Amino acid sequence: MSQTIAFLPPRAGVLSQRAQIITDLSALLPDGGLVHEARELVPFETDAYVAYRQLPLAVALPRTTQEVSDVLRYCNRHGIPVVPRGAGTSLCGGAIPQPDAVVLGLSRMSAILDIDLENRVARVQAGVTNLSISETVGPDGFFYAPDPSSQLACTIGGNIGMNSGGAHCLKYGVTTNNLLGVTMVLMDGTVITLGGKHLDAAGYDLLGLVCGSEGQLGIVTEATVRILAKAEGARPVLFGFATSQEAGACVADVIGAGIIPVAIEFMDRQAIEICEAFAKAGYPLHVGALLIIEVEGSEAEMEAMLAAIVTIARRHGVMTVRESQSATEAALIWKGRKSAFGATGRIADYICMDGTVPLGKLSHVLQRTDEICTALGLRVANVFHAGDGNMHPLILFDANNLEKAAKAEEAGNEILKVCVEAGGCLTGEHGVGIEKRDLMRFQFSDVDLAQQMAVRYAFDPDWLLNPSKVFPLEGRPAA
Amino acid sequence: MQTSFTPEQLADPQVAESEKILRRCVHCGFCTATCPTYVTLGNELDSPRGRIYLIKDMLENDRPADREVVTHIDRCLSCLACTTTCPSGVDYMHLIDHARVHIEQTYKRPLADRMIRGLLAAVLPYPARFRAALALARIARPLAPLLRRVKPLVPLSAMLELAPPRAAVRLPTPALREARPARGRVILLEGCAQPALDPGINAATIRLLTRRGIAVAAPKGEGCCGALVHHMGREPRALDFARRNIDAWMREIDAGGVDGILITASGCGTTVKDYGHMLRHDPLYADMAARVSALARDITEYLSTLELETLPKRDLVVAYHSACSLQHGQKITALPKALLKAAGFTVRDPAEGHLCCGSAGTYNILQPDISATLKQRKVRHLEATKPDVIAAGNIGCLTQIGSGTVIPVVHTVELLDWAYGGPKPAKLTGKTLDHPDLP
Repeated sequence: MSQTIAFLPPRAGVLSQRAQIITDLSALLPDGGLVHEARELVPFETDAYVAYRQLPLAVALPRTTQEVSDVLRYCNRHGIPVVPRGAGTSLCGGAIPQPDAVVLGLSRMSAILDIDLENRVARVQAGVTNLSISETVGPDGFFYAPDPSSQLACTIGGNIGMNSGGAHCLKYGVTTNNLLGVTMVLMDGTVITLGGKHLDAAGYDLLGLVCGSEGQLGIVTEATVRILAKAEGARPVLFGFATSQEAGACVADVIGAGIIPVAIEFMDRQAIEICEAFAKAGYPLHVGALLIIEVEGSEAEMEAMLAAIVTIARRHGVMTVRESQSATEAALIWKGRKSAFGATGRIADYICMDGTVPLGKLSHVLQRTDEICTALGLRVANVFHAGDGNMHPLILFDANNLEKAAKAEEAGNEILKVCVEAGGCLTGEHGVGIEKRDLMRFQFSDVDLAQQMAVRYAFDPDWLLNPSKVFPLEGRPAA
Repeated sequence: MQTSFTPEQLADPQVAESEKILRRCVHCGFCTATCPTYVTLGNELDSPRGRIYLIKDMLENDRPADREVVTHIDRCLSCLACTTTCPSGVDYMHLIDHARVHIEQTYKRPLADRMIRGLLAAVLPYPARFRAALALARIARPLAPLLRRVKPLVPLSAMLELAPPRAAVRLPTPALREARPARGRVILLEGCAQPALDPGINAATIRLLTRRGIAVAAPKGEGCCGALVHHMGREPRALDFARRNIDAWMREIDAGGVDGILITASGCGTTVKDYGHMLRHDPLYADMAARVSALARDITEYLSTLELETLPKRDLVVAYHSACSLQHGQKITALPKALLKAAGFTVRDPAEGHLCCGSAGTYNILQPDISATLKQRKVRHLEATKPDVIAAGNIGCLTQIGSGTVIPVVHTVELLDWAYGGPKPAKLTGKTLDHPDLP
């Protein structure tokens, strides 16, 4: 891609000391915990925001909080930037490194430390995948609620960094609403504990500050999360509409009527075709837009809520209503939805936006998204968390066509501006990363940004943690 | 994903195909989660996405393979869990096949590695040599701990430890391969390592088929399917094996027609089903190879067409281990379990059924450490289902799992043969269908 978003210039002092740094870090990370051969660094040059790529100086793969602390203390002392990485599934380039940075990967810290059903909490290492928490507590009737589509692969540490959401967050909230405590290593190597097994801790709510800080305040190595009892039953129902506008309006009316299903997911025709090709879930292919609405609870509860939703959907001209008939079918319906981004790879390269808008503006923003992409000669697929107004237009292009790639980036920026103008925000759950960094001024005033950066300073005064991300390069306070 | 190949590079059909595969990958990272080596080692370089990236970098830059790239490609089990997971439809199997050929052509392995690989390629595909080697291994077994202390010789020690402590009873091939009246006629791939390690599997298959009126042809001249050398990147030899089998089978097909080419080792099945692709550029063999691949069936695929009657439920608990080559390579997941259930067995699925047991052809010899970790993990999950017997559809898995548990491990078809009137599998001595002696 055109690489229009600049990274910070590398620190010459760090690059010139590379050999020494590698010797020192290797000593801190025995058993092959440091990746530094030129060939082996290439696969770390990007994450799932593959449009941007930068080689790191080295990659550290620690196994313990102590090793994380040792590496950070060393890097802090020598002024070496550090870019944290979980599973590398970021869609905004949150884990993309830079030539003078050490990538600190948490993939080897993937143990589940404690399951406490009595207190409904799980304590896990940061490299544990999101889904494996639910898989571990599932047999006892519990689950971990936030479910990003990448939950199979993404790590809880990355979820905390980006305050990730997911389909079921409509009812259960995003990561911050389900996080009770963390062990975090500060840039100078200090290990701190925030929160615990309880809903609130004495003193400042620093946990709220840490969740969503994109690896810029410290590196989380352990997390205590809330686990919830599974409902008696759950059933995804497919609602097909002729147009995206009708589906969008239906969502607003459902929520406006005070009905909160577990999830309301939206797919337009392009997205339906893509997902059906992979999952063969039986999505209706003759509709213009599809809502997957999941209800849960006792049979009577589900019936009552579903009846109320169907009544509203009829007012918006719903064409088909189909309830999943079995657990297998329900699983396929969700598999298709959750694989939407990857499945798009079958037909094109894509970049995925993450703007969030007030529900009343869904139809308008869908319309504008379509116009923007059409004007630039691009196709778009929409698949998103409609109940939260969290939109994910997938802008399709050919990555080997640099002109189209630049246009896709341009379209993305325009769409996000439309979201902000509609009273929404740049990112609902993916984070700012590198992708939306330069749009932050569109969302925030200089004063607001300065306050956020002041907080960042308090934790990492030398601006070493994930330094090229989140805040526009111009207007940063001098280090 | 963006790629950068020159038109000259893309003129090579192999490179052009790999470029197409790479273009499908969107780098989402889903594959990392179900990759046994990533789960074990926690390093992107030992994940499918990392390997795809390493291969891309090597091919784009027209570079000979080097130690780093070879290390991570070698660690791939080719279990293909990633292709089951991949939403984008990346054809990882043919990409890694290409990479292995590239390595074989451009990289000189250290001496010990060359010797081990040469030994495996010279012995395993040939039943007589393999039987002799197994006899030798039984004698040399006490040396295994000694060999393990010398790093380049660790694979040798793994080899010795894998050899079953007792020689397989050499059963005469059932005399009756004909069936009258014949409802059908099939070719059964005799195989190479399997008959040496466990001749009971094909014997059970022939019994079950002939009882059901299916004649079983034994074409002269067939041999190893070629999977073993194929996975070592020794493509010319792999293709020779494939051509030899195609010749043998085409004679049989032309003589009387067959309903299928049945394979009881799913690792081989995945390869035979790929003959059409492997020989696509061979003007003489491309069509025949495609025909052969279209006829290839795992034994359970074919049995499910025979409409075997449902038998009364029995109390024997079977933990079904889904071989990677079956579930990921051939996408056969429910069939074997449905057959076992219809035959009256209680079938249980272990946790993490998608993860490889670490056998993976010669992987347990060439990568003994990772293989041992995976074996322990697999056996733990299988034993947790409290089974009377473990069943699987691939000889590699049977040997691997069998070396890690006291619970008997048999081929799915041995249980089916037993249930439908055949003798009890030898490993189940003491167990009965109606009165299980639970461990």
